[in-house]
Amino acid sequence: MERLVQILVDAVSVGSLYALTALGIGLIFGVMRLINFAHGELITIAAYTLLALFGLPLPVMLFGAAAVAILLALVTERVAFRPLRNADPTTLLISSFAVSFFLQKLLILVVGSRLKGLDFLPVLGRQIELAGIRLQLLQIVTILVSIVLLAALTWFLRATRLGLHMRAAAEDFRMARVLGVRANRVIAVAFALSGILAAAVSCLVVVQTGVVQPRMGLQLVIIAFVGTVIGGLGSLSGAAFGGFLVGAASILLQALLPPDLRAFREAFVFIAVALILLLRPQGLIPAAGLKERV
Amino acid sequence: MALESGGSGRVAEALRRAWPLIALCAIVIAIAFAASFAPAVVQRRTTQGLINLVAVVALYTFVGNSGILSFGNVAFMAVGAYVSALLTMKPGAKSIFLPDLPAIIAAAEWPTVAGTLAGGIVAALVALLVGWPLMRLTGVSASIATFAILVVAYVVFGNWTSVTGGQNSLMGLPAYVDLWTALAWAVAAMAIAFIYQETRSALLLRASREDETAAQAAGINVVAHRLIAFVISAFLSGIAGVLLGHFLGIVRVENFYLDLTFLIVAMLIIGGRGSLTGAVAGAVVIAMLTEALRQIEIGFQVGHATIAAPAGVGDVILALIMLLIILFRPAGIAGGREITWPFRR
Repeated sequence: MERLVQILVDAVSVGSLYALTALGIGLIFGVMRLINFAHGELITIAAYTLLALFGLPLPVMLFGAAAVAILLALVTERVAFRPLRNADPTTLLISSFAVSFFLQKLLILVVGSRLKGLDFLPVLGRQIELAGIRLQLLQIVTILVSIVLLAALTWFLRATRLGLHMRAAAEDFRMARVLGVRANRVIAVAFALSGILAAAVSCLVVVQTGVVQPRMGLQLVIIAFVGTVIGGLGSLSGAAFGGFLVGAASILLQALLPPDLRAFREAFVFIAVALILLLRPQGLIPAAGLKERV
Repeated sequence: MALESGGSGRVAEALRRAWPLIALCAIVIAIAFAASFAPAVVQRRTTQGLINLVAVVALYTFVGNSGILSFGNVAFMAVGAYVSALLTMKPGAKSIFLPDLPAIIAAAEWPTVAGTLAGGIVAALVALLVGWPLMRLTGVSASIATFAILVVAYVVFGNWTSVTGGQNSLMGLPAYVDLWTALAWAVAAMAIAFIYQETRSALLLRASREDETAAQAAGINVVAHRLIAFVISAFLSGIAGVLLGHFLGIVRVENFYLDLTFLIVAMLIIGGRGSLTGAVAGAVVIAMLTEALRQIEIGFQVGHATIAAPAGVGDVILALIMLLIILFRPAGIAGGREITWPFRR
């Protein structure tokens, strides 16, 4: 019983981590039809910011990581994505691929490709006892942070004027512009939000793994991409749900598969994804109006 | 003009139609011949360049005709490399590195050409199997799905220890790939890619690339034609992987992952993903640029001091060029066009 709850809590916490990552990707896809590979580098560079600021008070580290991720998100938007706003999605995809590898290789050039240990918030590694069941504090914190961020994002999108504009832009960008939505502002806000999400994911991942390395973001983002695709590209709830599903599934497989098959868990997850796509090519929660009718 | 009448007119027409292929082959063969007079180091770099050329042409066969960017072709290269390695390695070497192989594979010692073709064919079969669900996706969803193929292949090959050696390298492959083997396959790959893109299936696929909805409305079975291109592309990628494995004499799963994907994709984008000329141009230009950057990283002797760029600066520059190309010349160097017949009609 205790083991089962532990596995479920682990699955939910890793699932919410991927949900946050997928949400950051989904936000950008919603307003720009851009699959942002560089989201991974936002996560990576936020982690290196934590490393650089290590030793300073916690709020400074968190604020610094978020600020750097937001700034980097805005700069990549301005330099690499704004000029291509009217280009087809594949061109945008290539651009973000190039940005991602540029940042990654630059980071390797500057700090080297070896992983570095970072003992960030070791207090979260403690076990706590909740209703007689021992759980890791970090998992509870991850779940809570995800719920808070999801709630805040939902509030922002539902209750504020800018959120309304963003939803309108995601629905039909051109129509929204005609009705007076400011394209540059909406897109900039979406990138800033994705930066905040990336920084949050980054902090949680660093606490969990205790290391930073130049590839860490890309590894997360590849899995989250798959989540956004099975959730239904263009739908935010779909992205969060798909990301959650992929993350949770990999943990459940890790726990349930026989030991000699555990190493293959990503392969099993992705095969399941392919089967889902066979039945629902538009994803589990398809976005309205994304596919043209024949 | 005399050419317009009778048989010679048809010959001229066929020549004109095949001109892009002839011209590209002539350029590549000329480069290889020039390299054959150069020192051994240059020959090896040129061989490596030709193998990359096969990989880029393979990627182009799918990307150029379907318009969908694929990140998964390096997975098919890995399939080809492992298949050929297992079929052509000496049974003695296999029994050391992979004691748990099935008996048939453990005893196999195929000729190299058979191993190469087997690598390509198995890669094509895998593509047929995974492409069947994934080719139903459109646009960027399909691209992400191909990335998933890459990750799955990496995970499987990295952990299937009894067959691939897992994280250990598979060593002792017959290192038979020299300049001429690579050249022969480069020419063959270009010919296959060119002949395919002249077929009806490829033209229908190109129509769907321009406007998928319109193509479907016109009755084109987009999924089927996409799958055909994917399978041919995977076959050629498999061959490229075989060549790389038998060139290095070693297969490491790390060599068939993100860095190679980045290099091959960057070559195709920079050259131009819309034409075979673009694919070849990308492979050739980037090979030469990489060579120049390597010299800069090694450093120059200036007086008594050596001025060298830090290692890794080449990758940064390559990514930067890719970014600049996509921003300012999205159709790449070739601009989506083939080399045209240089004489007046």
